[in-house]
Amino acid sequence: MTEIMEVPSPFCGIGADDLSISVEGISVKVTKNGCSVNTPAFEQAITDTSARVNGAEVSLDVAVAKAAELLRASNQPVIGGCATDVNGMRGIMAVADKAGAVVDNMNFTGARRNFLALQDTGWMNTTLAEIKNRCDYLLVVGVDLEGFAPRFFERYMWNEESMFLDDTSQRQVVYLGKAPSADASTSPAGVKAKVLECADADLPEVMEVLRALVKDKKIVAESVAGIAISELQAIAEQLKAAKYSVVTWAAGALNFDQAELTVQMLSEMVKDINTLGTRSSGFPLGGKEGDQTANQVCGWTSAYPARAKFSAGCPEYDPFLFDSNAMLANGEADALCWVQSFNAQSVPPKADVPTVVVARSGMVFDKEPDVFIPVGTPGIDHTGHAYRLDNVVAIRLKKLRDSGLPSTADVLNAIEQAL
Amino acid sequence: MLLKLTGGTVYDPASGVDGQVKTLFVLDGKFINQPPADMPVDKEYDLKGKVVMSGAIDMHTHIGGGKGNIARMLIPEDHRKDPVYRSDITRSGCGHAMPSSFTTGYRYAEMGYTAGFEPAILPINARQAHMEMADIPILDKGGYVMLGSDDYLLRMLTAKKDQKAINDYVAWTMNAAKAIGVKVVNPGGINAFKFNQRQLDLDEKNSHYQVTPREILQVLATAVKEIGVKHPLHVHGCNLGVPGNVDTTLDTIQGIGGLPMHLTHIQFHSYGTEGDFKFSSGGAAIAESINKNKNITADVGQILFGQTITASGDSMTQHANHGIASPNKWVTMDIECDAGCGVVPFKYRDQNFVNALQWAIGLEIFLLVDDPWRVFLTTDHPNGAPFTTYPHLIRLLMDKSFRNDMLATIHPEAQKMTTLGSIDREYSLQEIAILTRAGAAKLVGLDDRGSLGEGAWADITVYTDNADREKMFEKPDYVFKDGELVVVDGKVVHTKWGTTHIVTPEWDNSVEKDLQKYFDRFMTMKVGNFKISNDEITEDGRGSLTAHTLNRVS
Repeated sequence: MTEIMEVPSPFCGIGADDLSISVEGISVKVTKNGCSVNTPAFEQAITDTSARVNGAEVSLDVAVAKAAELLRASNQPVIGGCATDVNGMRGIMAVADKAGAVVDNMNFTGARRNFLALQDTGWMNTTLAEIKNRCDYLLVVGVDLEGFAPRFFERYMWNEESMFLDDTSQRQVVYLGKAPSADASTSPAGVKAKVLECADADLPEVMEVLRALVKDKKIVAESVAGIAISELQAIAEQLKAAKYSVVTWAAGALNFDQAELTVQMLSEMVKDINTLGTRSSGFPLGGKEGDQTANQVCGWTSAYPARAKFSAGCPEYDPFLFDSNAMLANGEADALCWVQSFNAQSVPPKADVPTVVVARSGMVFDKEPDVFIPVGTPGIDHTGHAYRLDNVVAIRLKKLRDSGLPSTADVLNAIEQAL
Repeated sequence: MLLKLTGGTVYDPASGVDGQVKTLFVLDGKFINQPPADMPVDKEYDLKGKVVMSGAIDMHTHIGGGKGNIARMLIPEDHRKDPVYRSDITRSGCGHAMPSSFTTGYRYAEMGYTAGFEPAILPINARQAHMEMADIPILDKGGYVMLGSDDYLLRMLTAKKDQKAINDYVAWTMNAAKAIGVKVVNPGGINAFKFNQRQLDLDEKNSHYQVTPREILQVLATAVKEIGVKHPLHVHGCNLGVPGNVDTTLDTIQGIGGLPMHLTHIQFHSYGTEGDFKFSSGGAAIAESINKNKNITADVGQILFGQTITASGDSMTQHANHGIASPNKWVTMDIECDAGCGVVPFKYRDQNFVNALQWAIGLEIFLLVDDPWRVFLTTDHPNGAPFTTYPHLIRLLMDKSFRNDMLATIHPEAQKMTTLGSIDREYSLQEIAILTRAGAAKLVGLDDRGSLGEGAWADITVYTDNADREKMFEKPDYVFKDGELVVVDGKVVHTKWGTTHIVTPEWDNSVEKDLQKYFDRFMTMKVGNFKISNDEITEDGRGSLTAHTLNRVS
């Protein structure tokens, strides 16, 4: 048995890299600093070791050749999932370019809310270490933060020491919209987060009022969506009094129509605060299932985020039209390649088209795909790189064991060669 | 593999060759003077009447790293104007202001460039910079690691750590980030912005650390020199873009006390406050100071008219400039107690007084700095203009009548505020070869590039002489990279992967003990996971590392 320390995780999005993991053969156990997201993701056993075509076990070469044949025969293939490490995503981009496919990260419909706001007006954002050392006021909008990232508060808010705060337990935490699912946001001094609840669908209105109050606009109403204006007024004052407030949200959790306008509203509010005499930053939560990795790699190789089409011979970007689920449902796509290196539970969408699945060992299908190639998991079976939620830091993933499974990049590069 | 390049007119300042007809031999990717008598030539190229230079080197171009990718994400409408189609040998992409990585490599190569250096690698974002550059084909690459607003250094300065400790930290960081130089951007200003300071003059104190930009420049320039790094401290000075900053820049030059220092995109730091619009040219004063101070080098950061996007580590200045974003959208980021960035799209207009004068100021500096070995041809891509404008810029430098024709079209008040029309100088081909090849290689500290002499790697560009220098430089007949033919008639015919140039200065191991404590207390990753290992660059089988020599350390 070997004990491996300082193991970075590609699963939680916050780039926790202090896990200790013991490895015996191909069995992996998190022995320190696990959490409800990371521990099961690391410990999942390898079940499939062999590729399959039409349910029959075949060699990797045969599976790759069949995958290439299906992609070649397709007029408009889509590559969905796109949940993998940097090299895996590079492989996806190469296949997409050659096959004229659509590349569509599985979280893009959520992330689209951020991209639309970014591409319309932009934002002022920050990263985890700045939060850890500077943030004196955290406003959480529309998301159960600890449900999203169980160790966020432990690692970045209630850290014992910070460079610029005398006492991190004095940080203020306010939830707007959703209430927290547990007590991680309660400070070590026992102070509970302030919670102003409202329905998701009311967040646009609530954010609009809050921004208006930040800008000293007069609000005549006494409440909005059940929240007293005086409560929002207090938040507005606190945001302007804080030295370095942070407003955080998860695009994926803002599950209502035109939520991009709410992202834009809070991002513009952050900009406003920065012209009103103090500092403030936004902090979008994401980084799961390789979503930041997919957008970064697609970004530098095509110049667009990870919902791009290559069938015209050049990259095209449309955050709505190239939604692979919609394309499959509408009969606009005639082959599906699903790439999911991290999560065996994340199965391809139901589609009545030839389907190639390149995914973590252990995926169980309602309907056997035409081709299934089990791959190793980045950060367990092979080295690699994955982006953290703050989009700046790429973590170096370690190889923990010798499973003999190919990497996603190995498989996609072989398919690209075979095309 | 033996190549013979016969009878070209060779401009090779590194070897002192200025327009002589010469035959060159390349054996297995490197130049040799004379092949052994019995060795057969595998391929001969008849270059009679052609102009031959080494491959061009862009010593300051934003081609890798997070802010560039933010820039790409921000402007899909700009990409749509310039789709790049795939071919059997090249990948698809987008061009114009902030091209995709593959397109970046092809377009540089198609202009005769064979290397580019990313000037602003945040240590914490160095992995991304290298990963992006790993997807730039053909070109060699490398970068300068950004220090000066990182809390670790500022804490050292507040704690009055000695120069030796700072040298160790700088050397350690260069190794960890795989850099060939050190850059400082708005010294301490990016950090001060996080404490809500909105400007930081040369002698103004960071409100938390009580440290001034002058002190930061002094310790970093000293460190770079003392650890033997050939590329001088690469300085994006205080007060970028602010009218009157010419005085800051002159003071910065004086204040560095003779230490080697490179002032980057100096055009943006050469503004006076005279005239009706309180904006005037400091070009002559800056050029005079560079001429006098032999320790100073500068690249210009020329602006050229049209749409681009500005991407800078200088979050403080970019935030201050957000009001002129065009289109009106912009991003700033505070980053990991390390640095920051700001991305602001911008359209330079020839009928805008300020933009027109910026254009003239850049050209004044090019033409008034006497020594071509100490001035470098850049647009600070994409900040002043995309790199694809270089052939146009070369024509402006080489062709006085063309330059004056252009001058006559800009904002009339700007024409009155520049001496450009009275400057007769025209750059020669040899001088262009110095700016873009030999001088750049020397400045970056490349041992065996930028030269056509024996032992150098055979990066070669062959042009057809043409009085229209823009036409000449935008479409070379041949480009060779490491002796392999990659471009014919301005089109990529073959792709390969370049190397990553680095230096590996030594440091005292004790520095890592302190850093480990600091990372455990304040950072969000373990120090062991922060350092980039060699295999991260090389494991995909495409990348390689080339470590260059250092100056002897006393």
